[in-house]
Amino acid sequence: MQSKRKLILNKFLIDGGKNRLMSDRSEKYLINGEKDKWEVVIGLEVHAQVTSNSKLFSGSSTTFGAEPNTQVSLVDSAFPGMLPVINEYCVQQAVKTGLGLNAKINPYSVFDRKNYFYADLPQGYQISQYKNPIVGEGEITLDLPNGSKKVGIERLHLEQDAGKSIHDLDPSNTFVDLNRSGVALMEIVSKPDLRSPDEVNAYVKKLRSIMRYLGTCDGNMQEGSLRADVNVSVRKEGDTKLGTRCEIKNVNSIKFMQMAIIYESKRQVELLESGKSIDQETRLFDIKKNETRSMRSKEDAHDYRYFPDPDLLPLNLDKKLIEKIRKDLPELPDEKKERFIKEHSLTPYEANVLVSEKEISNYFEEVIKSSDKKLTKNWIMGDLFASLNEKNISISESPVTAKKMAELIDSISSGVISGRTAKEVFEIMKETGEDPKKIIESKGLQQKSDPKELEKIIDKILSDNKDKAEQYKSGKDKLFGFFVGQVMKESGGKANPQLVNEILKKKLK
Amino acid sequence: MSIDKDKIKHISKLARISLDAKKTDSLTKDLSSIFKFIEQLNELNTDKTEPLSSILNEPLRSRKDVVNDGKIREKILENSPQKNEEFFVVPKVIE
Repeated sequence: MQSKRKLILNKFLIDGGKNRLMSDRSEKYLINGEKDKWEVVIGLEVHAQVTSNSKLFSGSSTTFGAEPNTQVSLVDSAFPGMLPVINEYCVQQAVKTGLGLNAKINPYSVFDRKNYFYADLPQGYQISQYKNPIVGEGEITLDLPNGSKKVGIERLHLEQDAGKSIHDLDPSNTFVDLNRSGVALMEIVSKPDLRSPDEVNAYVKKLRSIMRYLGTCDGNMQEGSLRADVNVSVRKEGDTKLGTRCEIKNVNSIKFMQMAIIYESKRQVELLESGKSIDQETRLFDIKKNETRSMRSKEDAHDYRYFPDPDLLPLNLDKKLIEKIRKDLPELPDEKKERFIKEHSLTPYEANVLVSEKEISNYFEEVIKSSDKKLTKNWIMGDLFASLNEKNISISESPVTAKKMAELIDSISSGVISGRTAKEVFEIMKETGEDPKKIIESKGLQQKSDPKELEKIIDKILSDNKDKAEQYKSGKDKLFGFFVGQVMKESGGKANPQLVNEILKKKLK
Repeated sequence: MSIDKDKIKHISKLARISLDAKKTDSLTKDLSSIFKFIEQLNELNTDKTEPLSSILNEPLRSRKDVVNDGKIREKILENSPQKNEEFFVVPKVIE
């Protein structure tokens, strides 16, 4: 499970450049129907699990992967007479996320009951926020191949997660685990501003990255910490009125979101072009069949009969608390990107890749503070990323720590080893995690940078090849490379190439 | 807004409360008169009044983010209609 996630992350990093070229070709994502070209309009409702120790309204643990029903209190299992008491940290986390999304924080918000029956919802209602959410309108900037794009955030509200139903343990029964029941979620609703599967990819990744920088959601999609309901509609290119939308429920990976959008938008185009209309409905995405299907059982489901939860008073936020959280916000990816471009002369593309994950930017900053800028950038984005991808691990698991990477780069810039030898050293480091200095010493890889020693080698080569030396002096410039090659060979590849060049030039005058 | 029999049937379905014909009739009557009273309240101009979510003039009480509950599986599952040591067991519900 863990490794799958890494694969996706690293693929993104390594393929970043290629994808860029691919989508550069088609600027606008349109569906070619039989008759018309259609634009796809997408809005997302992302459910992000709040990073906290205990649940939103009870003191049970939120740790993933515990034995079933061991993290359940009488409140979470909705025993009669139990009262919810709000976790103040979850409230702060929601405010923090709102500020990170440049959103309006509502000092007054209300918890409502959303009523429906399902086996994994013991209360018979979910405590959520309907009319007065804790966070109002905000904005996310997407970094797309052809520039940036702003996507509106409609709102963010706090709500409880439901339990988990397991259907495959028994032929005639469903098993229910309430460990997740009552865990705090942030539902983050976007405006219908997204226009393609690629934009959805960029949106979810950016949102995830912001929350990971903030420490408000770990963004682990494999563990269900980030899931989305996807609203899809289509309209003829150029139309300004929105079409009827369908909502695809609970999709838990970016790839599946993209597949569901591609399938669903084509389905809608086919219906409309054959003169039929779209029913506004809830659908589910079947991963195995790669199709969306109507969830008929949800016909009445939109009648949730919301009303303010009588067990909870309205939530009034202290302005001082909001300001304190604002003051303590960490540097977020957009600001970091701007700073990286300015301080380290990176291109926007390079900066995007390096700020895409908090751990990557931390690594980069640790190396670059003491090492050559250009070498740092090239080594991290080149050899290091390639090794992570090859081994399918995340940067924080890399045997080559930031400190060791800095040492390796410093040995290049101080002339101890050549760039080519450094690649050899790195090959060993990425397997063993050994200290580069130790590898260089034990293998005797230091460059020969002593001019006298090099002169000896050069003199030998010149006297062995007197004829060629004469030819060079009489104008055959191309032979210079031959001499450099011979010297490098004689030195076992360890001669400092710059010095060899200098000395050779002098001797061949 | 008027309350008719269909509305009562719809709400009882959503609330999973089964009603016989007699009960449906009497509820329709009762709820209609309650709604009439609410409509009477609507005659009052409340343009300048904030909606009220609670009648208690108190701040919401909160707790610290501390784990101090759970780990009572046996106790919780005692009330499950079907015996199982790890899970609640319910009739198959699948889309």
